[in-house]
Amino acid sequence: MSKEHKEYLKKYKREKIIVIFFQIFILVGFLVLWEVLSKYEIINPFIFSSPSRILTTIKNLYLNYDLICHILTTLYETLIAFILGITLSFIIAIILYEFKTLNKIVDPYLTMLNSLPKVALGPLIIIISGANTKSIIVMALLINLIVGIMSIYNGFNNIDKDLIKLFKTFNASRLDILLKLTIPASYKTIISSLKLNISMTLIGVIMGEFLVSKSGIGYLIIYGTQVFNLDMVMSGIVLLVIISFVLYKIITYIEKKLLK
Amino acid sequence: MNKLLSIKNLNKVYYNKQEETEAIKDISFDLYEGEFVSIVGPSGCGKSTLLNILTNMDSLTKGTVEFNGDLKLGYMLQSDSMLSWKKVIDNALLGLEIKKEKTEENINYVEYLFKKYGLAEFMDKRPFELSGGMRQRVALIRTLALKPDILILDEPFSKLDYQSRLKVSDDVYKIIKKEKVSALMVTHDLAEAISISDRVIVLSDRPCEIKNIYKIKREKDGSPIENRKDKNFAYYYDLIWKDLAYHE
Repeated sequence: MSKEHKEYLKKYKREKIIVIFFQIFILVGFLVLWEVLSKYEIINPFIFSSPSRILTTIKNLYLNYDLICHILTTLYETLIAFILGITLSFIIAIILYEFKTLNKIVDPYLTMLNSLPKVALGPLIIIISGANTKSIIVMALLINLIVGIMSIYNGFNNIDKDLIKLFKTFNASRLDILLKLTIPASYKTIISSLKLNISMTLIGVIMGEFLVSKSGIGYLIIYGTQVFNLDMVMSGIVLLVIISFVLYKIITYIEKKLLK
Repeated sequence: MNKLLSIKNLNKVYYNKQEETEAIKDISFDLYEGEFVSIVGPSGCGKSTLLNILTNMDSLTKGTVEFNGDLKLGYMLQSDSMLSWKKVIDNALLGLEIKKEKTEENINYVEYLFKKYGLAEFMDKRPFELSGGMRQRVALIRTLALKPDILILDEPFSKLDYQSRLKVSDDVYKIIKKEKVSALMVTHDLAEAISISDRVIVLSDRPCEIKNIYKIKREKDGSPIENRKDKNFAYYYDLIWKDLAYHE
């Protein structure tokens, strides 16, 4: 290894250390500041809680309220809605891409559906699907489907036109083009859309839980609000932050594996 | 010589909301067995449309296109587009795969072409690992794999830099001659057309009509690079140049 190369690696490592250091610094600083401000009642501890109170609450939830079950409920709903969402987005995107006229016909309706705040449909969903997990999954689907369809469809549309022409020079059938070109060529786009989709799904699930649930993190937050236990609300939010971060990391990891 | 293809009074009109555009007007010419014919003309004059009509990817408005018997066409496009997720050899086999003719015999033929044209060691590589010139040769093999009687080339070298362009057109010419295929090439490079072809068809600006057809006579027929040094080269260049410059 040359001297210059060593220098370069050193510089690279130093930068990485600086980044990680400040990332941790910000987190710890924030927690300490929060704790101190709350302890000396500069901010209202009843409303804003504090890291130590949140930890106590989480422990309490774990011991007395079956926290694990709540977390698993949310995760389970997210997983189902996520898998269903990806599969349906994929199928619908293919249909819209393959049948251009149909696409033109439904376009204004999709735009309308897309701009509609989905939460407004909540009460309707509850009446139709009942106050159960099904409603929550429908809610999540409403939110992740449109984004999923759009990103996969755009992936299809961005395929090199020369490749399509090449397939046509071989008299390829539409099915051939779909299976041998369109789908494999959009593999990367589809995988990348997973990341966006998991965040959207979680948003939908929590929204659904706010509306109907009997368990789940969203339920804990709503329940906390109703009994005016803001420590519980804050704990729910913190747990949600952790869950969404972990899910995001898992998807990023899967993405890396699949794109290798 | 055996006549392979005969085009008579071909017309093509495009329609859109506002207007109709006459793209091709009354084009007639023949292609004979073993012949290499180039079509030159101003850019955007409808040369590619003509090829698309011949290969059935576009429809004609009036006129006839007759093939002498059940001939197979091979279409080599301007871009050497390849499927990035497939190995080079599998890309070359793509046409056979789609046409469901991926027999052992045909696979052997493709492998033989790879070896013959110095690409054997690149068969298992990915397309991005190849140079532009190599990709162009693979694209040619991909087209030849279907054993076409007539090869249709749409500006096949236009995306290469000048140096590789000369080299690759030389290689491609040799391959085409060795495999005894008749070829019809569209290009806007006069020197390329004159050095590579037996005949050059000059088209006018839109709507494109035939301005002239030149039978290229040389002192001695050689490879395209050698042909550029031929005594008559400058003579034809001048003639065709004037044909094309006329409109401006």
